Amino acid sequence: MQSQSYDAIVVGSGISGGWAAKELTEKGLRVLLLERGKNIEHIKDYPNATKAPWDYPHRGRRTKAMEAAYPVLKRDYTLNEMNLDWWASDQESPYTEVKRFDWYRGYHVGGRSLMWGRQSYRWSDFDFEANAREGVGVDWPIRYADIAPWYDHVERHAGISGSVEGMAQLPDGQFQPAMPLNCGEELIAGRLKQHFDGRRRIIPGRTANLTQALPGRAPCQYRNACWLGCPFGGYFSSQSSTLPAAVATGRLTLKPFAIVTEVLYDRNKKRAKGVRVLDAVTNQTTDYTAKVVFLCASTLNSAWLLLRSATDVWPGGLGSSSEALGRNLMDHHFRAGASGTIEGLDDKYYYGRRPTGFYIPRYRNLFGDKREYLRGFGYQGGASRSGWSRAVAELGVGAAFKDAAAQPGSWSIGGTAFGEMLPNPANRVTIDPNKKDKWGLPVLAIDCATGENERLMRKDMMNDMAEMLEAAGVKDVHTYDNGYWPGMGIHEMGTARMGKDPKTSVLNSHNQVWDAPNVFVTDGSCMVSTACPNPSLTYMALTARAADFAVAELKRNNL
Amino acid sequence: MMNRREAIRQVTAMLGGVVFVGSGDLLTAVEHAHARVTASRKQIGTFTAQDIALLDEVADTILPETRTPGAKAAKVGSFMAVMVTDTYDDRQQAIFRDGMQKLNGAGFMTKSPAERLAFLEQLDREQKTYMDTRAQGAPVHYFRQMKELTLFGYFTSEIGCSQAMRYRETPGRFDPCVPYTPGETTWAGHA
Repeated sequence: MQSQSYDAIVVGSGISGGWAAKELTEKGLRVLLLERGKNIEHIKDYPNATKAPWDYPHRGRRTKAMEAAYPVLKRDYTLNEMNLDWWASDQESPYTEVKRFDWYRGYHVGGRSLMWGRQSYRWSDFDFEANAREGVGVDWPIRYADIAPWYDHVERHAGISGSVEGMAQLPDGQFQPAMPLNCGEELIAGRLKQHFDGRRRIIPGRTANLTQALPGRAPCQYRNACWLGCPFGGYFSSQSSTLPAAVATGRLTLKPFAIVTEVLYDRNKKRAKGVRVLDAVTNQTTDYTAKVVFLCASTLNSAWLLLRSATDVWPGGLGSSSEALGRNLMDHHFRAGASGTIEGLDDKYYYGRRPTGFYIPRYRNLFGDKREYLRGFGYQGGASRSGWSRAVAELGVGAAFKDAAAQPGSWSIGGTAFGEMLPNPANRVTIDPNKKDKWGLPVLAIDCATGENERLMRKDMMNDMAEMLEAAGVKDVHTYDNGYWPGMGIHEMGTARMGKDPKTSVLNSHNQVWDAPNVFVTDGSCMVSTACPNPSLTYMALTARAADFAVAELKRNNL
Repeated sequence: MMNRREAIRQVTAMLGGVVFVGSGDLLTAVEHAHARVTASRKQIGTFTAQDIALLDEVADTILPETRTPGAKAAKVGSFMAVMVTDTYDDRQQAIFRDGMQKLNGAGFMTKSPAERLAFLEQLDREQKTYMDTRAQGAPVHYFRQMKELTLFGYFTSEIGCSQAMRYRETPGRFDPCVPYTPGETTWAGHA
């Protein structure tokens, strides 16, 4: 068994791992970045980025063969012909669903940073204080003031476009110019602001797409094909943003096909000494040592790794002394909202494919509003003119039908709510010793469900959008609740929460494992609550903050 | 190289010189012979060259050549065969194949373009009435399947995107609000 030594090991190369690698190398550490899947090189390995619709045999649609090969992925849009190669194989990496849980994974360098939705919002003290105020779960050990400078830091490098709005529940940031609302959205935004006296507002979506160049990256070209990889580096991914910065230091070693199977723990020093790696191709095992280990393997895989580590000391795994490990799994529940038709804009259109839409920040249970449920939701939506697909259900065949179908139809507008999901210790993951993956490793068993608070919230999520659209003069409004199962939001959070007390949490206020201070967990597993805005920007900021602390502690010889 | 008239003559002769107008079997046989000698199309799944020829003509009647090329030029018949083979489940496939039988039985291929249009206009009214009033879980109408695949295949083809509509692989900018004049075509989406 060979052994190799580094200053730091980072497990996982997605949004959080890429940031850990960048920050730690830039602060002088020699970093080994371990990724369980294949390498994807920026631009070179984006084979579909410049394909046209007609270049795909099924024009992007799923086939029966694809559905047979991906029994989980097929549950949502994630199964498609265009970037299927970037979604983890359900067959190679199965898991156990005690209750239905849709787990959509990216097992390759860059992880889901290549395919993410890019919506990037700061959380506020309404979010960080909520658990303490309401007696739910445990209190966040940080407040907005602790993370604000790190939001500044990551926004500047990642490149977030957005508008300054001065809304306390959705703090402004270091934004590039926003991608503007189109005429349909602008019209409805104006009416909405007037009708609700500014309490409910449509603002441009804040997105990790550039409107101004950054070093090595061109601004967005409005192709709206981000999920295929961007040859211009127009959106934030590990490939476009953090990995080039880490490579530039000369201190990064990237190792793909490296499945970390265990954090190695020294019970005498009460520190991790490194990690054990299974080569995904050769099945050879290698131990790597480091002074500090960052777990950024994605929420559920970081939990899996902790549950499997140091079991000779804690049968429940590394970080399990509080019994919080694996518990309080959360996601954002969504797929409820409304849409309708905008009249009076038939002489208006737009040019270019904007890779974002509008956002309606949370207004429920804020500023004096009080509902029968806790917390709230925000809406993501957009307005557009309909295309040819409307003609499928219309009467007609022949020349006039064809020419009409080739022209834009009426304006429509709609929004889907993303709601906060409360922490619940019964929602948990464990190791299933009876099921093994392709490499013979036992898999996760996931037992997670939404509760009464989410059920009550969903009514407002659906009806509020209709109320707002109708108030703004939108016609033919229809509501929907397409149903939701945990995981569908692809915003998995919790299972190794931060906290103030080692008796009730896995991590402290700097994402250090209470039981092993040189192990940091900075992906979604650290989250104490979900808020309602998209979480990735917060993972970035927490990771950069933890990396800064780790290096300072190393210099003080505390690790 | 035999032309279509010669193919019909040969098959007619083979069947004793009697043409039963409207006979689906005969017309299928005629088209089969015709396709074998004139078409370069390959079989796709269980779809023969003359199956694809039928689908091309159905598609081209739904979306004919106007100022821009029609569905046949965009090879929509072959596309439909690929999609039915690779993406339709057994039940959907059976409905689609049964619909093709009905079209053959009605002599679709022997009709003039004007007759084909009138025939599909009537069929379109039938399917729309059926689809708008069908019970939940009731089977889809075969002509809705054909119409959907025709629209999808055509408007995602190079001809559909670049000629019938407007396509810019890399728009380069976003104009949130521009004037629109009736008759201007849709900006096609990316894949």
